[in-house]
Amino acid sequence: MTLADARALVPGLTAAEAQPEADAMALTGLADWCGRYSPWCAVDGSDGIRLDITGCAHLFGGEAALLGDIEQRLAAFGISVRGAIAATPAAAWGWARHRPSNAEAILAAEDDDALRKLPVAALRLEEEDVQALIALGLATVGAIAALPRAPLGQRLGKAVLLRLDRLFGRMAEPISPRAPAPLWRVPMIFAEAIGRREDIDAATLHLTRCLCRDLSLKGKGARRLELSFFRVDATVQRVAIGASRPTHAPGHLARLFAERLDRVDPGFGIEAMVLEATEIEPLAPRQSIFPVPGECEAADLAALIDRLQNRLGSTRVAQLVSVASHVPERAELYRTASWAEGEVSLVGIELAPANSRPIKLLSPPEPVEVMAPVPDDPPLSFRWRGKLHRIAAADGPERIGPEWWRPGPGRARDYYRVEDSEGRRFWVYRDGLYGAAEPPRWFLHGFFA
Amino acid sequence: MRLKLVNSRAGRIARAADLIRNGLEIRSCLKLGVPEIDEILPWGGLPRGLHDIALPPVAGPGDAAPAGFAALLATRRPGPVLWCRLRRAAEGDPYGLGMASFGLAPGRLILVEVRRQADLLWAMEEGARTRGLAAVVGEGAAPDLTAGRRLQLAAEAGEGLVLSLPPPRAFSSSALTGWRVNSEPSAPEAGGPGRPRWRLSLWRCRGGRPQDWIVEWDDAAFSLSVAPALANRPLAAAAG
Repeated sequence: MTLADARALVPGLTAAEAQPEADAMALTGLADWCGRYSPWCAVDGSDGIRLDITGCAHLFGGEAALLGDIEQRLAAFGISVRGAIAATPAAAWGWARHRPSNAEAILAAEDDDALRKLPVAALRLEEEDVQALIALGLATVGAIAALPRAPLGQRLGKAVLLRLDRLFGRMAEPISPRAPAPLWRVPMIFAEAIGRREDIDAATLHLTRCLCRDLSLKGKGARRLELSFFRVDATVQRVAIGASRPTHAPGHLARLFAERLDRVDPGFGIEAMVLEATEIEPLAPRQSIFPVPGECEAADLAALIDRLQNRLGSTRVAQLVSVASHVPERAELYRTASWAEGEVSLVGIELAPANSRPIKLLSPPEPVEVMAPVPDDPPLSFRWRGKLHRIAAADGPERIGPEWWRPGPGRARDYYRVEDSEGRRFWVYRDGLYGAAEPPRWFLHGFFA
Repeated sequence: MRLKLVNSRAGRIARAADLIRNGLEIRSCLKLGVPEIDEILPWGGLPRGLHDIALPPVAGPGDAAPAGFAALLATRRPGPVLWCRLRRAAEGDPYGLGMASFGLAPGRLILVEVRRQADLLWAMEEGARTRGLAAVVGEGAAPDLTAGRRLQLAAEAGEGLVLSLPPPRAFSSSALTGWRVNSEPSAPEAGGPGRPRWRLSLWRCRGGRPQDWIVEWDDAAFSLSVAPALANRPLAAAAG
């Protein structure tokens, strides 16, 4: 029927354009929200959400109470919902959509007769296949299931067999969850929605304590954690933190979260929080009463690096690693800090002559205008950022060749350690040699203290 | 209940052991190793707390003397050094091989780069509270009165040495000492620049008098000393 025909029939018809992408996004958001009931939840088709509630129902007072809770909350959001619980995902799909109007929403696991009475459409076949089956006189699932298997497969295709097997649980149909299933998980559901920062902090501390107690009993420590906030308006916010070494210290984890909680917008209130450990490592218990010198400090330092990295980003906190290269800017690398192994041991310092390297290095080197006698005398003066520096003393050249084993252009550099008339010390170099095809250029590369 | 008792006893033992281990070290302060300077400072050296190491207002860009002085102070205590810097204020990146010539092993550096002043002050404060750090250096830090006071209190609580290297024409007024450091022409050696020389000016000192020195850093002996008053620089320059 076209819209014009519909308008002719119902003059006051309200029309809205279909927005499949927006619908899919809303459904995804709702699936995330369902994560409060079970970590195994996934979007199912264009109009369904599937939850694996194995081992979860008792947390909500049984299967009926769980389903009732979902339906009631979704109804409060203004979403009309048809839910069903069954032994297999396929059975739940069919039972939710095609069960008789007077039937219970929960289908007992051994109740195959009820499944057999469902219409053929409950098999989730293509629409034309369903029509073909009905045309053949096979109106119910039971009618198809009663036929011999081999001819059925040959006549109607493998899909029908697959659906039947899934419906009766003869073949597994795993759920691929939205988020990777966490290894450890602690939920907390509030009697009344909370919104104050103090309450959120207290709940966070409580959750980290519960999780850390479980972790320490098993001799594990968390490396990555995720805290999810379920708001009353069916949206979910997540905050993730990382630790540079496995930990089960609740105070430390709560502090790491505290840095991030500013970003959480409670909206009209948060009704549930779930703390999940997404990455854990073994952490053997250690005797902590008699301190080994340096051990407390090492733990404090690791905690400090965690806090810095969680707030500023892990790449902003670095340690220096030396590289066996004589090119100054390649001789050192900034590596993301982790104090797990203690101080970085450095090799290759001896590559550079003592006291010949500046305390600050400009990256990239800045071009300067230089007055220097040819071919390789130290400069007499140079101009950097518009200011002229007259050179009183100079040391050099120290020739540093390009690394020929690396691709790309490179020219030999002659470095000079120069001191200007006011005592400031600079590290300047000439890129290239006089007399070559391309004239040399001068750069400022660093500052000595 | 029993667990609680054990916990508190364990805590007491740990604290006592901590005190025994660190007690003596906490009370001492950081000697510069220059008798002329140490005796001027009312504490006999630099105490734990916030110290301001600035360039003089007239000094131009490209003078890394404050960074050198900070590196030099940081090496005098064991442990890693938290070197925080504000991205836009920094003139060049800390270079480990150069730090090594002031006795600061590059492996001891933890470098933090931030974009905002608030983050810089936060990182410095976190570092100041942490035991086991040799020093916290803040390049480009311009704490106001409140932030400076917070830093000072954090440094006192964590027994940390916090060195603030402010941007040009700024200083932290709540620091225990305020220094101005700039490079001075060195006594040339064999035609090249000699040992680094700085004008070290203690211009603010809580409970002490301001004073100036010209100091020289001897990288072979790893010692700072007051430079001989007469540097025959013009003569040497003429000869070279």
